[in-house]
Amino acid sequence: MYQTEYKRAGSLDEAAQLVAASGGEGKYVSGGMTLIPTMKQRLASPSLLVDLRHVEGHKGIAVSGQTVTIKGGTTHAEIAASEELKGVAPGFAGLAQLIGDPAVRHMGTIGGSVANFDPAADYPAALLAMEATILTDKREVAASDFFLGLFETALDENEIVTGVRFEAPESSAYEKFRNPASRYAMCGVFVAKRGEGKVGVGVTGAGASGAFRWAEAESALSGRFDVSALDGLAVDEGEMISDLHGSSAYRANLVKVVAKRAAKKAGASGGPEVSGPKTPGGDAP
Amino acid sequence: MTDVSMTVNGRQVTGSVEDRTLLVQFLRDNLGLTGTHVGCDTSQCGACVVHLDGQAVKSCTLLAVQASGSSVTTIEGLAPSATELHPMQAAFRENHGLQCGYCTPGMIMTAVDMVARHGADLDEKTVRDELDGNICRCTGYHNIVKAILSVAQSMQGSGEGQRIAAE
Amino acid sequence: MGVEGIGASVLRKEDRRFITGRGRYVDDMTVPGMKYAAFVRSPHAHARIKGIDAAAAKAMPGVIDVLEGSQLKADGIGNLICGWAVNSKDGSPMKMGAWPALAFETVRHVGQAVAVVVADTKAQARDAAEAVEIDYEVLPAVVEGPAALQDGAPQLHPEAPGNLVFDWEIGDAKATEEAFGRAAHVTKLDIVNNRLVPNPMEPRAALGVYDPAEEHYTVWTTSQNPHVARLVMSAFYNVAPEHKLRVIAPDVGGGFGSKIYIYPEEIVCLWASRKTGVPVKWTSDRTEAFLTDAHGRDHTTHVEAAFDADNKIIGMKVDTVANLGAYMSLFSSATPTYLYATLLSGQYDIPAIYANVKAVYTNTVPVDAYRGAGRPEATYVVERTMETAARELGVSPAELRRKNFIRSFPHQTPVIMCYDAGDFEASLDAGMKAADVSGFEGRRAEAQSRGKLRGLGMSCYIEACGIAPSKAVGSLGAGVGLWESAEVRVNPVGTIEILTGSHSHGQGHETTFAQLVSERFGLPVDNVQVIHGDTDKVQFGMGTYGSRSGAVGMSAIVKALDKVEAKAKKIAAHLLEAAEGDIVIENGEVKVAGTDRKLGWHEVALNAYTGHKLPDGMEPGLKEGAFYDPQNFTFPAGCYICEVEVDPDTGKTEIVQFVAADDFGRVINPLIVHGQVHGGLAQGIGQALLEGTRYDESGQLITASYMDYAMPRAWDLPMFTVSTTETLSPSNPLGMKGCGEAGAIGSPPAVINAITDAIGNNDLTMPATPEKVWRAIHAA
Repeated sequence: MYQTEYKRAGSLDEAAQLVAASGGEGKYVSGGMTLIPTMKQRLASPSLLVDLRHVEGHKGIAVSGQTVTIKGGTTHAEIAASEELKGVAPGFAGLAQLIGDPAVRHMGTIGGSVANFDPAADYPAALLAMEATILTDKREVAASDFFLGLFETALDENEIVTGVRFEAPESSAYEKFRNPASRYAMCGVFVAKRGEGKVGVGVTGAGASGAFRWAEAESALSGRFDVSALDGLAVDEGEMISDLHGSSAYRANLVKVVAKRAAKKAGASGGPEVSGPKTPGGDAP
Repeated sequence: MTDVSMTVNGRQVTGSVEDRTLLVQFLRDNLGLTGTHVGCDTSQCGACVVHLDGQAVKSCTLLAVQASGSSVTTIEGLAPSATELHPMQAAFRENHGLQCGYCTPGMIMTAVDMVARHGADLDEKTVRDELDGNICRCTGYHNIVKAILSVAQSMQGSGEGQRIAAE
Repeated sequence: MGVEGIGASVLRKEDRRFITGRGRYVDDMTVPGMKYAAFVRSPHAHARIKGIDAAAAKAMPGVIDVLEGSQLKADGIGNLICGWAVNSKDGSPMKMGAWPALAFETVRHVGQAVAVVVADTKAQARDAAEAVEIDYEVLPAVVEGPAALQDGAPQLHPEAPGNLVFDWEIGDAKATEEAFGRAAHVTKLDIVNNRLVPNPMEPRAALGVYDPAEEHYTVWTTSQNPHVARLVMSAFYNVAPEHKLRVIAPDVGGGFGSKIYIYPEEIVCLWASRKTGVPVKWTSDRTEAFLTDAHGRDHTTHVEAAFDADNKIIGMKVDTVANLGAYMSLFSSATPTYLYATLLSGQYDIPAIYANVKAVYTNTVPVDAYRGAGRPEATYVVERTMETAARELGVSPAELRRKNFIRSFPHQTPVIMCYDAGDFEASLDAGMKAADVSGFEGRRAEAQSRGKLRGLGMSCYIEACGIAPSKAVGSLGAGVGLWESAEVRVNPVGTIEILTGSHSHGQGHETTFAQLVSERFGLPVDNVQVIHGDTDKVQFGMGTYGSRSGAVGMSAIVKALDKVEAKAKKIAAHLLEAAEGDIVIENGEVKVAGTDRKLGWHEVALNAYTGHKLPDGMEPGLKEGAFYDPQNFTFPAGCYICEVEVDPDTGKTEIVQFVAADDFGRVINPLIVHGQVHGGLAQGIGQALLEGTRYDESGQLITASYMDYAMPRAWDLPMFTVSTTETLSPSNPLGMKGCGEAGAIGSPPAVINAITDAIGNNDLTMPATPEKVWRAIHAA
């Protein structure tokens, strides 16, 4: 790791001022679960790190009716364990439970993950599918306007993700097919059945430009919330990631298979029963 | 250099470190607590797992300055005394859940955290899922899984859980 | 057996320090004034070094010095060597390209060390290493073994035209051709044995300390064989004279072969300590480990097997290209030859075998022995061939194997090995029973109803351990003898120290070896201390690899115990005024048989040291040493059965059952032996499903971290069903065969045979990733 300077912010304003004064070389660190490894590999070298973990009031989950607001400093573990959240959006809590490993979930935060927009990050799939709103210290942005491309978001320089807000869907579920090496999502699909028959389908890990909404799947499932509605569909191979773990053709297949399983888990009719042998381990799909 | 202070294994400690110093380096190099190991560069092997304010974290993915003001428990601080073992340590020995011993401290710290969260409800699948961030090259995990399940099961109807969670 | 003797599952003595964080590994060591090394490594797979400019680096904070290969050469430090001479079939010696510890003319793989920075802190050393400027002229690279043999391929070493290290053969080509001439059926397969990275969890490390006052050198190093390291570093590399060099391998966090070799880094740390006048420590990070630890496997093979009309196998032809990487590592020549092709007979009576192995240089990390070393490659060839043949012949794989088993011993194979004992049918029966093979079709149908493809595969492996009779390996080209040594020291109070040349890096020697004493004298294992890993303490030794520490290391201890027992009996007979032949030792007491006259073990020991009442002419003391040279290899064998379920939609394979039925000869500690099998299985299953290096065309290692190299995690593996049958090895006093590598040797073909059975397509390479399996399903 290159030399860096660490500062702990007590408030978001203070944090923003510190980074603003760093001449473009400063970065926020929240859980640090992506940033610190990147710095260790000397692939990032911020001259200043401003720690948001101790910012007053930057943590917490609020459920009001069907409206869920999660503050940026909330960890994946807190999201996964929240009884209140599980009550209205168990699919989202379940997604958080599948992020990284327990130690990563204890440190990593939703704000950090959203701001970083790693192509394999899990939350964006759900936030896109639910048409969530990303909250920052300056404004509110619709998820689909926020996630722009590989590691690219609508965030301005120094802008801080302060949280996310979404309407809890009627039902939802996340399915994740893991990269066998990194165990990140090679394909993760979040299916959200929302009011008035609208279904959202968000895909992560597979798209060459990061997480995306699969519009054809959304309209098919909105018309008929049955797994077979996805039968004739396919994502464009050309827009999928291709790397040593899976070609774009394979990932395109995964998107469809995983989407079907997520839909089934979210309560869609049809499709094979999800069951397995009495076996240890295994990360079904 | 920045001054850091934290509670490590119940003792208040201070030190002066470069801001880029990882918590694991502070523990090993400054405090001489070499039981916490480093096995990879990418936060995946878990040999470095310690407890930060009661939760398992990877001390290779955390700056020492980030941990300043916190309470840290390492493998050296797990046993209640120099002559006793924590139940998880004992279970690893009784089940032959270690061979070369290198991943063992991180495995045990992860296992203690796991049992503290799941208690007697732990099943084999959950144990394997939750070991996702800990790599062992020697044991094939078979006896590690057995060791963790044995501690979880021993908590059934006993007050053992408190003791495990309380450290 | 006593409660702590042979056959008892004694809990490990060494565990207490590991579970409390008090293990002591090399990176845990500090000495006063210690500084840190960081290596400058080649970013290119093949390049000429035109210039090195370290001026900026030397001026950076904390930097003590930057050292280069030209200085190393000027100081007379020798090139790295390969210690096993293998000749080509035309009689010419293998072609060893020069490998300096720091490259100064040419780099031949990404990661090769070019210079070293010594600085006050590790971070400063890293910072400065980045500032060393090296002017490279990039050359074309080649990474695949067969490609390196083609005309026009980039050439690595002037010593090795065509990149050919050797072109070696074994067996009887003519007899084999004759067998094929009368074959009723021939099975043919093309097989790739994927390149693996051993990945012990403790990365390599070295701490070199030069003491100018004594002109003495000490190195703490992550070694499986510290005496071999001392010998090689002094006799071949001129780092330090042998009597002035102490090598300490303290707790070592796994090796799996990769810590046998003496690498550039420990040589450089010692040399740099002398150059800079400060102790120098280097600790590998994981990516450095991927780029510099010797890799394993990497064979490309064509095999043909001939069967007669009765389905008896009558001949086998094997053609293998072994990719040795950029340089010849210490035992790299033996692995694809004498540790590989000598096992191609498997468990079967094959009258004629011929194998040709071409070893080649490529611009990749050097390849050497990794858990199993040659024997997994042989087993994979034989067992995939047998399974394939059974399918082609329309007979059950188990019955085809059974029909061809060797049933009488000793059995001389056509490829050097003479199997001395075994009962292959016993392990096959035990495995099939444990796996409930007869119920498999029902399980397959049930899986089908859930949309899953279920398959069953087996593998009947044999391997050669107890490496090895020194005369035999000497005649095959080994540069060292492969005996082992032991010393048993009885202290005046009766406690015992065993000094062994074996080295434990996870194997539990401190417990298993103590059990021998418990068995012999009835003493508790807590009264026994096993000492290893320090050339200043232990007389000599050849180290631990090739599952040799039981069959060879413990045999040396047995010999030393024999001598101790004999002397103790003489002393006791004298003290008790009895005939020596009437003395028995049991439960910690030395008795006159059939009487109540006895002495405590400690009393005999004390008398040995006071010397007051010894028989006339007897030397005082009770301490004996022994060297043991094995009479033969040992031949562990067994049957592994794997059952998988494949998800046809994703190609993901789940292992739903894995049964291992092994014959390791005498088992000293079943708990530890089963643990060795579990670990070996995980590595073998890892090879079959997950692990494999990938280089791009320019020679960059793409799988250089756990982000891209898939290590087996807990959820990739099932609970294993492990059992042992027992035929004793006649070739050593304990009847032991060895258990460390079997799991990694036997399991890959069982897994692949199971998957190919499930999906109905035999065209599948390791690692069988979800995408490969998915494609194979859809191509079938």
